[in-house]
Amino acid sequence: MTETQNPPNSYRSQPDERGHFGDFGGRYVAETLMPLVLDLEKHYNAAKADPAFKAEFDDLLEHYVGRPSPLYYAERLTEDVRSNAPEGKGAQIWFKRDELNHTGAHKINNCIGQILLAKRMGKTRIIAETGAGQHGVATATVCARFGLPCVIYMGARDMERQQPNVFRMKLLGAEVIGVESGARTLKDAMNEALRDWVANVHDTFYIIGTAAGPHPYPELVRDFQSVIGREARGQMMERTGRLPDLLVAAIGGGSNAIGLFHPFLDDADVAMLGIEAAGEGLKKKHAASLAGGEPGILHGNKTYLLQDEDGQIDEAHSISAGLDYPGIGPEHSWLSDIGRVEYDSCTDEDALAAFQQLCRTEGIIPALEPSHAISAVVKRAAEMGKDKIILANLCGRGDKDIFTVADALGVEM
Amino acid sequence: MTRLSKSFLSDRAALVAFITAGDGDTAANLDALVEGGADIIELGMPFTDPMADGPAIQLANLRSLAAGTKTADIFAIAKDFRVRHPNVPLILMGYANPMVRRGAQWFADACTDAGVDGIICVDIPAEEDDVLGPALRSADIANVRLATPTTDSERLPAVLEGATGFLYYVSVAGVTGKQQAAQASIEDAVAALKSQTDLPIAVGFGIRTPDQAAAVARTADGVVVGSAIVEIIAEHGSNAAPHVHGYVKSLSSAIHAARK
Repeated sequence: MTETQNPPNSYRSQPDERGHFGDFGGRYVAETLMPLVLDLEKHYNAAKADPAFKAEFDDLLEHYVGRPSPLYYAERLTEDVRSNAPEGKGAQIWFKRDELNHTGAHKINNCIGQILLAKRMGKTRIIAETGAGQHGVATATVCARFGLPCVIYMGARDMERQQPNVFRMKLLGAEVIGVESGARTLKDAMNEALRDWVANVHDTFYIIGTAAGPHPYPELVRDFQSVIGREARGQMMERTGRLPDLLVAAIGGGSNAIGLFHPFLDDADVAMLGIEAAGEGLKKKHAASLAGGEPGILHGNKTYLLQDEDGQIDEAHSISAGLDYPGIGPEHSWLSDIGRVEYDSCTDEDALAAFQQLCRTEGIIPALEPSHAISAVVKRAAEMGKDKIILANLCGRGDKDIFTVADALGVEM
Repeated sequence: MTRLSKSFLSDRAALVAFITAGDGDTAANLDALVEGGADIIELGMPFTDPMADGPAIQLANLRSLAAGTKTADIFAIAKDFRVRHPNVPLILMGYANPMVRRGAQWFADACTDAGVDGIICVDIPAEEDDVLGPALRSADIANVRLATPTTDSERLPAVLEGATGFLYYVSVAGVTGKQQAAQASIEDAVAALKSQTDLPIAVGFGIRTPDQAAAVARTADGVVVGSAIVEIIAEHGSNAAPHVHGYVKSLSSAIHAARK
C-alpha cells in the first residue's frame, strides 16, 4: 500500500483545504450533515484567528483542567529496565503526565476546545460517543461546566466493563444511552451518535472524542490536543536542554498520540512510535488497524480499517475499551504511509504486564490505554543507549480499569 | 432514453421501492415489487455500519450479513433480475466502503456487467465525488445524488454538478423509516429543486401509507418507499413475497390515481 513519495517541506501543514491528509481523511458524510461540517469548518477557522477564543481555551486549561501537566522522569522504571538490559543500554524514560488532568485523561483538552466552539456557534445540546468512558466523562464534565444538556452514546458491552465511568457521567448530569447494535462497543456508539446528529441538526453539536471523523474534526481535535506536545517540548528543553530521541504513545483513534507528535513532526532527530492494540495477537482478535487493516471509508473519513474483502467492517478487540475501534485517525494513516512515524502493536497480555510494572516501580496506576505504550517503551528503552531519552504520553489514569485488570488477573473483588 | 429516464412519466409519479439484498427471498421479493407496480427498484447493499438508517433497515442489513450475503451475491441477484425484468431499472443503494473496496473501476464494471442502472451512495457527498463518480460516469451508470432539508441554495449547485439519473430528495433530516415530513415542506422543497434542475425529483424518507404516497405523487416525479417494505420482510421472513406484493400494489394504485 505504501507509495514512494518525496518528503513534504513540512509534516505539519496537513490537511489540505478539503480535509485530506494525503490520500486519507476527507468528508464522507450523508448530505444532511454536509452543510453542518462545512459550517463547523467555517466557525473553527474563525475561532483559530480569534485571540479571545485562544485566551478562553488557555485559561480553562490552566485553571480548570490543571495544565500544564508535569513532565516526569521515571527514574525507578528506568533503573528497572537497565537492570535487565545489556551493558550501556537502558534509555531514560520520561512521562508526560496527562493522567493528572481533571477527569483523569487527555480527553478533556479536546472537550474544552469543542464546547467553546459549540458555544460560539450557538448550539444548545451536546452529544458524544465514548468507548472507555473517558471521553464521555470529559464531555459530561464540560457540559456541566457550561450548563448544556448532554447525551452520551456508549456501547452496551463497554458500559459493562467501565461501570465507574457510567456512574460518573450520570453524576455529572449526562444521559447515557446504551447501544445494543453490532459488537456493542465504540464503533456502534459512533454510528448511533451520527444518527442522533442527523436527526437534530439545528441545535446539536457533536463532540467527537478522537482525531477522526469528517473534516474538520481530525484537524481540530489534533489542534486542541497539541497542547500536550507543545508543553512537553518546552518542558524537555528546559529540563534537559534537548529534544527527546523517541516519542511513544498508544493509539486507538490516535488523539493523544497526534497531540504529542504533531509539534515535533518537523524535528528530524525525534523518532516517533505509535502503539496499536494487538488484543489477543495480530493473527487473532485485535484492534490494530494499521498492522491488520487496509484503507477504506467509515465514520466520515478515509483511513486504515479492519475489514473483510467486501468492505464489511470487522469487530475490533482490545482489553482496553478506549482502543477497541476498527479504525484510526486519518493523519496517522498518512504519517504511517509516508514513514514519518513508526507504528507497532502491543497485546492485552503485554499491556497488563506493563500496567503492573508501572504501579510497582513508580507508584502510578496507568490506564490500560497508555499501558500499551509503556510496554513498548520498556522494550525500546532496553535497546537504546543510556544517554537516549524516551518521552511517552501517560494519557490516562487507571482507576477506571481496576475491575477489568482484577478480572484479567483472576482476582475476586 | 435510458431505462431509468423512461420510467419517469410525464403524467404520473414513479414508485421507487427499496429492499435490502440478501434479506429474505430477495428474488421473489423483487418480482413481487415489479408485479405490485414498482417502477424503479432500489436494491440495498448491506453494510455492517448503516449509520444513516433507522432500526428497520439496520436490522435488515444485519439479517442479510448474518445470512452470509457477499458483494458477489448482490451482483448475482441484480444480474438475474435483469434477465427476468429487462425493462425495469435497478439502482444499488448503500454505503461507500463496500462500493469502493475493490476500486471504483471494478465497481463500475460490475454494475455494467449486472445491468445495474445507477447507484445511490449515502456517504459520498459531492465534495468526495472523485472516489467513485468519474468511474460511474464513464460507464454510464447513473450517480444519483441526495438533497436534504439542510441543502441550501448556496450548496445545491455543487450537489447537482455530476448528478445523473434523478435527484433523491430526503424529505426529513434524520434516519430512514422514522417520521414523515409535512406535505407543505415537501411541496416547497420540490419546487425549489425543480427551479434548479431538469432531473426528475424522487422524494423519500418516512413514506408508508398509500395516502402519503399519493400526496407526495402529486408534486414529485418519484415516491420512494423502503422501511415499510423491509418491515414486511422482517415479519414474514422467506414467505414475504405475497405480502410485499399486496402492499406495493396498494401504493402503486394510490399513485396511479393521483394525477400530477
